[in-house]
Amino acid sequence: MIEFELNGKPQRLDLDPDMPLLWVIRDRLELTGTKYGCGIAQCGACTVHIDGVATRSCVTPVAAVAGKAVTTIEGLQSPTGKAVQAAWTELDVVQCGYCQSGQIMSAVDLLNRNAQPSDADIDAAMSGNLCRCNTYVRIRAAIKHASRRLAEAVQDPVGSRSL
Amino acid sequence: MDRTPINRGRRRFLVGTLTAGAGLTLGTFLGGCEQSTPEAQRWAGSATMASATFTPNAFVRISPDDRVTVIIKHLEMGQGTYTGLATLVAEELDAEWSQVEVEAAPADAERYNNLLWGKMQGTGGSTAIANAFEQMRTAGAAARAMLVAAAAKQWNVTEDEIEVRDGVLRHNGSNRQASFGELAELAAHEPVPEQVFLKEPGEFRLIGARLPRKDSAAKVDGTARFTQDVKLPGMLTALVLHPPRFGAKLKSFDAAQAKSIPGVEAVVAIPTGVAVLGTDFWSAKKGRDALRAEWDESQAFTLSSERLSAQYRELATKPGTLAYNEGDADAVLGSAPEGAGGKRVQARIDFPYLAHAAMEPMNCVMQRTDQGIEIWNGEQFQTPDQAAIAALFDLRPEQVQIHMLYAGGSFGRRANPHSDYLLETGRILKAFGGKAPVKLVWTREDDMRAGYYRPFFHHSIEATLDAEGKPVAWRQRIVGQSIAAGTVMEGAMVKDGVDAASVEGAANLPYAIPNVRVELHSPQLPVPVQWWRSVGSTHTAFAVETAIDQLAAAAGRDPVEFRRALLKDHPRHLGVMELAAEKAGWGKPMPPGRGRGIAVHESFNS
Repeated sequence: MIEFELNGKPQRLDLDPDMPLLWVIRDRLELTGTKYGCGIAQCGACTVHIDGVATRSCVTPVAAVAGKAVTTIEGLQSPTGKAVQAAWTELDVVQCGYCQSGQIMSAVDLLNRNAQPSDADIDAAMSGNLCRCNTYVRIRAAIKHASRRLAEAVQDPVGSRSL
Repeated sequence: MDRTPINRGRRRFLVGTLTAGAGLTLGTFLGGCEQSTPEAQRWAGSATMASATFTPNAFVRISPDDRVTVIIKHLEMGQGTYTGLATLVAEELDAEWSQVEVEAAPADAERYNNLLWGKMQGTGGSTAIANAFEQMRTAGAAARAMLVAAAAKQWNVTEDEIEVRDGVLRHNGSNRQASFGELAELAAHEPVPEQVFLKEPGEFRLIGARLPRKDSAAKVDGTARFTQDVKLPGMLTALVLHPPRFGAKLKSFDAAQAKSIPGVEAVVAIPTGVAVLGTDFWSAKKGRDALRAEWDESQAFTLSSERLSAQYRELATKPGTLAYNEGDADAVLGSAPEGAGGKRVQARIDFPYLAHAAMEPMNCVMQRTDQGIEIWNGEQFQTPDQAAIAALFDLRPEQVQIHMLYAGGSFGRRANPHSDYLLETGRILKAFGGKAPVKLVWTREDDMRAGYYRPFFHHSIEATLDAEGKPVAWRQRIVGQSIAAGTVMEGAMVKDGVDAASVEGAANLPYAIPNVRVELHSPQLPVPVQWWRSVGSTHTAFAVETAIDQLAAAAGRDPVEFRRALLKDHPRHLGVMELAAEKAGWGKPMPPGRGRGIAVHESFNS
């Protein structure tokens, strides 16, 4: 029996402890926003947050998240998460979209650690998330856009300028 | 407003209502089509269609709550077709962009065929906007005309006094207005306009503007549905152990260990390998890992890239099938131009097999129903796939229903002329007796190793310059597998032994060279091949432009200047090249460690 939290809800599951978290999320808990791209942590499409840290769920055995909090694209509720999703929409970052849940999860983790990342910071943090449509330029722009919006929100806490 | 009626000879556009009741659905009837069949009437779903003599294409639905739904007949795989095609309808309808929604069309070649491909529904070759540009605009214009007619009657005014903008109809004289939704039901009872009027390009407000994508929101919050995301009650996930080499045959397999994995429900042999069906991906994966199989590799493909290259280069020393000829390149090349102050240039270039490697590996969901087969898939080739699956299950094509989903990239892969991964899914379903819905999942490793690939190609180019540095002869020999041979596309694509996709971009050389000869060798190999992105141009453009650069260097000329002299009869090539050169600051010094080059290539008119 493995217990962990998924998007704020407690889970208690009886399953193969070696089963990668990705397939637990997708096939057992039926949240399909987290994608299967390679199964060997080479593409980043499966990125989720484990206790807030961007992690490749396809190579994370579910046993490793016992007692931890897992967040998927469906559970992004933080101001940073909302700002990143809003920037992604505003800049129309997506094309085929298959990698974008993972891109967004990595971007949110980056902004949580570094509120004003440089191009080099972005490239370093996002280098493990592949996009076959080559949306990289817009991804970088959207991260900067979200960073600016979040900074404005801090300066304008009453929210006259909405995210 | 000066509007152009679309009423040219036989190509009449007539428009008819497809549903009665609340809401307005419009379909366009393309003139010149055959009599309506009972099947077409079933699709039309309305008694008013019974006497129609044209075949319907339905693209627009307007609901009382002001939603305009545009039915999209092409696959959205990242290229933006949901947004592009919806724009065309919204433009002529004068809808507000935010009220426009999109919906994937079902598989139905009668209504949703690609107009450039005959009676075939499919996406590819940069044709979505090109084939649907007038069709989708006409669908929007027809809807608009019927809304205007309804408003004119309701308000007792003439139609030309009514203005339409952003989803609202207005009559300024009487200060009346109504939204699309408010008029939808009335408009559904309006007669079909015999001709519709399309805007002049100068009147466009949405076409050419930058509009928000229709698929952004769902792809940002994780709700966009891809084939990989489909889960049906009782569905099993299938992974296939493919042969280790192309052309190897299954001798025997031992499923005992695989079947002992919890969640593994069945192991079945199919023509492409051995399928393991599990209650989820992980059990199927573990089951496949535990599977033991013996293969007969006596007929298998074993050539290395080096040996394949050597064979192709050897072939290229011999004349191939003629793909294009002008003048007498062989004679000029054989006449030792060096003796007359000329120069000779040779280019030998290999291009490897390339996997499409879409982010979403191949997959497909299929189930047997009382009516036939139901498929969930994001695919580029609905009509051939319907036919292939129908043949497998001994059904009629219309008994094969396809639910279209987003594709996580495709680059041509989901337009497989052999319907490979669909047939694999169907064969698993059949071998398992159709007892449960099946989701075939290729792992990334399968996606890289099991095909299909852009063929390995070799190009040999020999060319000569005269004493003035002008190219006088060009002979290009291309070696590579035909993509279309042995497929449903062979008749359309292979002419006189030449697969058009093997030589496109080479057999239509734009440069003014008096003697040009292009030849093709199409060896047959068991490596599965398929179109990949711009197909022939992925290799011909590089080969041709590299050789042109070599000629320019041999002539001691600047690459832009050299091309300019050869492109006089091709103003669009010339214009594109001049603009690119200007934007790149051609001729200006570069920082150390950086270089600049230029290439010109035409592909797909897009």
